[in-house]
Amino acid sequence: MNFTNFGRYILLLKSVFRRPEKLKIYLKEIAKQMDYVGVGSLGLIAIISTFIGAVMTLQIAFQLVSDFIPKTIIGSVNRDSSILELSPTISAIVLAGKIGSAISSEIGSMRVTEQIDALEIMGINAPGYLILPKIISGITMVPMLVIISMFLSITGGYIGGSISGAVTPAEYIQGITTDFNPYTITVALVKAFVFGFIITSVPAYEGFYVRGGALEVSQASTRAVVISCISILVCDYLVTQLLL
Amino acid sequence: MIEIKDIYKSFSGNDVLQGISGKFEEGVTNLIIGGSGSGKTTLLKCMVGLHQPDSGSVLYDGRDFTPMTYEQRIEVRKEIGMLFQGSALFDSMTVEENIMFPLNMFTDQSRKEKLERVDFCLERVNLAGKNKLFPAELSGGMKKRVGIARAISMNPKYLFCDEPNSGLDPKTSIVIDELIQEITEEYKTTTIVVTHDMNSVMGIGDYILFLHEGKKFWEGSNKEIAHTDIKELNDFVFASRFMKAAKDKF
Repeated sequence: MNFTNFGRYILLLKSVFRRPEKLKIYLKEIAKQMDYVGVGSLGLIAIISTFIGAVMTLQIAFQLVSDFIPKTIIGSVNRDSSILELSPTISAIVLAGKIGSAISSEIGSMRVTEQIDALEIMGINAPGYLILPKIISGITMVPMLVIISMFLSITGGYIGGSISGAVTPAEYIQGITTDFNPYTITVALVKAFVFGFIITSVPAYEGFYVRGGALEVSQASTRAVVISCISILVCDYLVTQLLL
Repeated sequence: MIEIKDIYKSFSGNDVLQGISGKFEEGVTNLIIGGSGSGKTTLLKCMVGLHQPDSGSVLYDGRDFTPMTYEQRIEVRKEIGMLFQGSALFDSMTVEENIMFPLNMFTDQSRKEKLERVDFCLERVNLAGKNKLFPAELSGGMKKRVGIARAISMNPKYLFCDEPNSGLDPKTSIVIDELIQEITEEYKTTTIVVTHDMNSVMGIGDYILFLHEGKKFWEGSNKEIAHTDIKELNDFVFASRFMKAAKDKF
C-alpha cells in the first residue's frame, strides 16, 4: 500500500464512520455480518486451533530432551504460545483468507455492477452502509473467535499429548495452570481487535475502489488478502513490542 | 427543471466534456445522444454527482448542485431516481426488498404502507406479483422494469436513465421507452435519458442534446433531427442501413 493508497484508505474510513442514515437498518446488517464472520468461521477456526495445539505439544516434547526440564513445561509453553501468538495471528491470517477475500469480492462486484453508484444516487452513504457493519463485526467477532481458538488450542495440546504419550494428562494440566499471567489474555485480545479491523477494512478498501470487470475484482481480492496478511504481521510485531 | 452550464471534465489530460450547456424541462423526455465515447455517460455522472466537473454548474430548479456539501447533496439526491445501464439491482435482495430499500432508509412509513407502495410501483411497470423473485431470476427487460420501479418508489422529481435499451430486443426497448415517457408525463418528472438507440430518439425525444467528441453539436426535437445539415449528426442518425433507406425513401 503506497502513500496515495494509504491516504485514500484513511479518507474512506472517514466516510465509513459518518452518522448512519437509519440505525435500525445498520443494526440488522451488523447482526448479519456478525453471523457470517463469527458463526460462519467457527468450524474452520476450531479445526485449525485444535490441530495446531496438538502439533505444538508434540514439537515441544520433541525439543525438550533434557531430563532436567520437567515435562510440565510443555503445557506452559503451549499455553503461552497459543494465547500470545498462535491463536490471534494464525486465526487472523486464516480469517484474512476466508473473510477478507469474500468482503473484497462482494464490494468489488457491487462496484463494477454499479450497485455502489445506485446507493450513492439514492443519497445513502455507501461506505458507511457497506463497510461499517463489516468492521464492527470484525472487531467484535474476531476477539471472540480468538478466545475460542485459545481454549481449543490448549485442549488440542492436551489431546495430542495424551494420545501420543508425549506428556501425561496430569503433567499437562499442571503445566497449563502453573504461573499463568492473565495479562497475556489482554495482549491477545488487543491483537485480535487490531487484526479484526485489518481483516475487514483493508479488503473493503480494495473492493470499494475496483475499476474494470471480473478480472480486476479477482485481482483486488488477491491483493486484499496479501496486504491484510502483511499488515497483520507488522501490527503483530508492533502490538507485541508495545505491550510486552 | 435541470440546467447545466458550461460543464468541463477531463480525465488524465483527456478532455471528455468541453463546455456543455443545456436546459432539461420537466414533464418532457430529454435525451442526451451521441456515439460511443462522446461523453454522454460522463455528462450524466457529472449531473448526478458521481463525477465532479472540473468547471461549470448543474442547477436543480435553481439550486447549484456542484458546490454543495455532502449533506446538502443528500437532500437533492432524495429527489433523484436513476435507472442504470445494467439495472444495478442489489443481488442479495428480492425485487420487493430492492424497491423497498430507499423507503426503509428515508421514510417512516409502516411496513404495510411500504408494501402497498412496492405493489403500486410493480404494477406500474407491469410486474405485479414478482415481489419475491431475486434479480438473478429476471430477464434483462424485467430487470430494467424493476430498476424503473425502484427509481420511482420515492416519487422522484428528477429521473435519470443511462442507456435503458442496451441489451434489449427492439420490442422490449419500445416497452421501456413508453414506460419512461408515461412516467415522465404522469408525474411531471424532469427525465433525462442517455441513449444511442435511434428508436428511442425518434419515439420519445421531446428534447435532444447531441454530443460529439465531448462537445455539444446540436439540440432540438425528434421532429427536427432528420432535417439538419450537420454532418456529424447525420452520420450518427443515419448510420444504420434501415435509417439510411428510410431517409432515401422519404
